Amino acid sequence: MPATLTENELENITAAKVIDARGAACPGPLLEAKKGMGTVPVGSIIEVWSSDPVTKSDIGAWATKVGHEFLGHIAATGYDRVFVKRAK
Amino acid sequence: MTLTLERPVEAPPVEAPAPQPAPAHEAEPALHDILIIDYSGDLERTWATMILASTAGAMGAKCRVFVTFWGLQVFVKDERRITGQNWMQKLLAFMQRPGISHRKLSKMNFLGMGPWMMGKLARQYKVSSPKELLEVAQALGVEFMPCQMTMDMYGLTRDDLVEGMAEPVGAATVIGLMQEGSSPLFI
Repeated sequence: MPATLTENELENITAAKVIDARGAACPGPLLEAKKGMGTVPVGSIIEVWSSDPVTKSDIGAWATKVGHEFLGHIAATGYDRVFVKRAK
Repeated sequence: MTLTLERPVEAPPVEAPAPQPAPAHEAEPALHDILIIDYSGDLERTWATMILASTAGAMGAKCRVFVTFWGLQVFVKDERRITGQNWMQKLLAFMQRPGISHRKLSKMNFLGMGPWMMGKLARQYKVSSPKELLEVAQALGVEFMPCQMTMDMYGLTRDDLVEGMAEPVGAATVIGLMQEGSSPLFI
């Protein structure tokens, strides 16, 4: 699941929904992302915060399979910010 | 996505195949259904089953869990203490408390100290409990199918089992699903 945007582009995104899943362990953040995705309209972007280092690859795998667009991730202090665009 | 297949070619084919017209859109790879056979009632295996089932549900996979033998003990309502129709079934339920919140570790159980420590660590590290994961999996459309034979053997009724279970099925259904291409996983 290659990221489609650069870090700079990601920095400028204002997500429709920010999901703070910091502290939760696998598969918590992914399940939170899945839940949150259902609450935003198609075409909007969600941002998932997770302190679990595998979340970025897990969410990438999930987005690819489900058909959403994995935009990429930025490392913040102690957590990752993962961006996914709802595609359907 | 571009797919390049590299094959060692010793000799060029005598007759080059006619160039295929490019497909209008790349064919999506077929996704297999997931079939988990939940056989063990041990805490560690129950946990693995629930993590994989809920994740499969989140990934949009059709996931079914066939619940059989000790696995079925997990799906008895937590508050049910003694189940079964005859004394032997009742005694078994007494000896081995059913319910997803009463699972024991297969090793290092130490009269419940092992599971207690596991639960404490899981809460500390914010790992969802098997019960929470079961609820998530069910909400994501994962089907839990109890084994009719095991229900009969333990003397369990549909009312003993947690809400939202699918219809009881038999081994032939499970084999049929595998023949149809479900990826099986025996836990």
